[in-house]
Amino acid sequence: MTTSNTGAVAPGVTVPEELSNNVMITNIAKLLDPAYNWARRNSIWPMVFGLACCAIEMICTASSRYDLARFGMEVFRATPRQSDLMIISGTVTKKMVPTIVRLYNQMPEPRYVLSMGACASGGGPFKEGYNVVDGIDKFLPVDVYVPGCPPTPQALINGLIALQEKIDQQSIATAPWYRKDDPTAGLVPIPVLGPDLVDLRQLDTIKREAAKAMAEQKQMEEETAVSPKPPDTQSYEIDKDKQ
Amino acid sequence: MSEAILEAPGSGAPETLANPVEQAISALKERFPEAVVDDPRDGYSGLVVPADKLTEVALALRDDLGFDYLSSVTGVDLIEDGKLEAVYHTYSIDKGGSAVVLHVQVDRDNPVIPSLVPVWPGADFQEREAWDLLGIQFDGHPDLRRILTWDGFHGHPLRKDWKEPFYEEDTKPFGSRWPAGGVLRAEELNPYGQNVQYPAGWVPTGDEYDVETEMYAITGADLAYSIDASQQMKTDKITVNLGPQHPSTHGVFRMVVQLDGETVVDLKPVMGYLHRNHEKIGERNTFLGNIPYTDRLDYLSPISNNLGYVLAVEKLLGSVVPERAEWIRILTVELTRIANHLWAIGFLLNDLGALQTPMLYFYIERELILDFFEALTGARMMNNYMRFGGVAYDLPDEIRGQATMEFLNELVHERLPRAIEQGDNLMTHNEIVRARSIGVGVLTRKESIAYSMAGPMLRASGVNYDVRKAEPYSYYEQLDFDIPVYYNGDVYDRYKVRMDELQQSLRIVRQVLPHLQATEGAPIIDGKPSYAIRTPQPGEAYGRVENPKGELGFYVTAKRRSSSPERYHVRAPSFINLTSLGKMCQGHKVADIVVILGSIDIVLGEVDR
Repeated sequence: MTTSNTGAVAPGVTVPEELSNNVMITNIAKLLDPAYNWARRNSIWPMVFGLACCAIEMICTASSRYDLARFGMEVFRATPRQSDLMIISGTVTKKMVPTIVRLYNQMPEPRYVLSMGACASGGGPFKEGYNVVDGIDKFLPVDVYVPGCPPTPQALINGLIALQEKIDQQSIATAPWYRKDDPTAGLVPIPVLGPDLVDLRQLDTIKREAAKAMAEQKQMEEETAVSPKPPDTQSYEIDKDKQ
Repeated sequence: MSEAILEAPGSGAPETLANPVEQAISALKERFPEAVVDDPRDGYSGLVVPADKLTEVALALRDDLGFDYLSSVTGVDLIEDGKLEAVYHTYSIDKGGSAVVLHVQVDRDNPVIPSLVPVWPGADFQEREAWDLLGIQFDGHPDLRRILTWDGFHGHPLRKDWKEPFYEEDTKPFGSRWPAGGVLRAEELNPYGQNVQYPAGWVPTGDEYDVETEMYAITGADLAYSIDASQQMKTDKITVNLGPQHPSTHGVFRMVVQLDGETVVDLKPVMGYLHRNHEKIGERNTFLGNIPYTDRLDYLSPISNNLGYVLAVEKLLGSVVPERAEWIRILTVELTRIANHLWAIGFLLNDLGALQTPMLYFYIERELILDFFEALTGARMMNNYMRFGGVAYDLPDEIRGQATMEFLNELVHERLPRAIEQGDNLMTHNEIVRARSIGVGVLTRKESIAYSMAGPMLRASGVNYDVRKAEPYSYYEQLDFDIPVYYNGDVYDRYKVRMDELQQSLRIVRQVLPHLQATEGAPIIDGKPSYAIRTPQPGEAYGRVENPKGELGFYVTAKRRSSSPERYHVRAPSFINLTSLGKMCQGHKVADIVVILGSIDIVLGEVDR
């Protein structure tokens, strides 16, 4: 008796020896996940979404020498509605991040995010810049991080294989995107541009800090009878004692 | 050493020529005896012009003295003097040579300078940038809005007293990280844990977020009906956004297009989606620490960017570059140009609808060049290769198992010519290419100079100007090459300029290879490689190179014995070339916008910096 590689022995079923290579015995619950994952992992369509330098290496990866088609990923889609994977290929700036989050929300589930390179993963060399978001994971759930500045095509392929392995582990029964109770569960609130980038999930913190700053300012004014010009912005300098 | 420092741009041209810069400067002083004076600061070489005389001086320079090309507008914050400064670099297209530099200083609290857009339309985006980042108001500018940050952004970030949210210290490396070792993460110092800060007392209400009102007020609000004369049919203009996520925009670039039917009435580029604060970060970095950042400007030609920056700082330091290093520099820079143009042409054809095929034809040859760079510098793209006074590494012994010289010879004598010829056969006389690109996006000679275009854009409009010939750097004077010039100024001519430049770059590389063989084993850097570099003298320097995209300039000023630049400004060719995009697209169809943009060959890392 032969059993398939996907399930345990099915009691009472006999397979003739000559058919053992062609017959798979399993049950629907055990078959569904591997079949479903197998189909999805081999047809991950990334979005045409070049942000910065890493995009050039992303193009190289898709081109003939590295040949992303071997993984079923060569079909780069220009619209988020047809994409499964968003490769964040470059520095995420504050001006751009509302667009990125909006595009992510527009992608159909299941959707994956691959953070390519140092900038997308944590700000990279530009981390301290006033217009730079220090890592896309401040806003989007990232599935795979690929290090490098920029990552070589080999590194990106390695990251994509890691994503495939992650997909292999998923199950329809537990995947968050099939939850029916909360249809907006996967959506990320789109940040807005005010005097600086405003993450709407942080509104309470912002209000609290503003109140604190106001109080400090008032205290300052009381302390110095001749009030100096109020500081233009809050500046967060290093507390030298901390070092 | 000090001699070299005093020899900043403006006085650097050889004595043997009748120096046009000195002639122009003395003529200006004669005409404006009270107003125009030499810059009194140590190490500065330009002229100081009062703000109210600027337009007259600029007109005199442009019309009477032949300095008709405004290359760069730089804002500088002189916080110690309580002043803001605008620095203008003007060149003569016909005579070549170095720049006449104008410094205009205004009070920091009331910084108003007359706009030079009426004189040089190419000042448009550069003045907007100076307004955005430094808060200099340009009086008479037609559209003075923020350009790299967004409407509603708080403050002017390049002012010295504007501190970033993740501000740690004035210079790198930070004391908190090195050498004491006490690592503090910037997130821990910022109350939001993110790279944000808000003005004191600002409380979000949720109403103030529509920051694009001004944008549309200029482009789209004018929704007047226009009447088609022939059919008496009322048509409505519509505003369409292309980008920032659009497959044709070569990155995160956005165009707000006003359409009448399918015809473009007006087009406004919107940029800053990749503004990563190159200049602010550069003013905190050490001189050496800036080199890897320059790689990330025009990321299709990193080594070329290195060279521009290194040339500027070498003027401050007075370095002498050994012979072998100069040859290696030219070799790498020209190979970069080839790699860039191969893809620029590939992208252009992509935009024309030949999706990926031409790019893939050139792909293997570009990969071979990248293989060489990887063996030479350790990185395929971000090479970080130039050093002050030389280069970082000597040529490798072998590349992918093949001896280096053999590899290079095969590349430049066989592989590349074959690939270029193949591309030429496929594309140059292709009917679709010709139909889509001839007569599209025309820029006349006069316009291209006025708009401060650079590189292939300029040369396709009949202007014979190339920094390698006009103000030769490195060993370009000793090399035999031509500057391809075409005269129609359309997309097709830009394509042909790039095709011909490929041939000329190959010609240069072929001349360089014997020199590399002859100088084998010679030093590649001036003295010992040093890390703690300090400027011996105060002063300014402007280094410029002919990048594949056009003239790339670096304006660097420093104090005496300083380890980082005081002001660090990049004259980015892609950014300034975009000034004319709206003009070129007017009257064309939507599909042509994509092609015209492709023919400029922009790289967003450089546009937004």
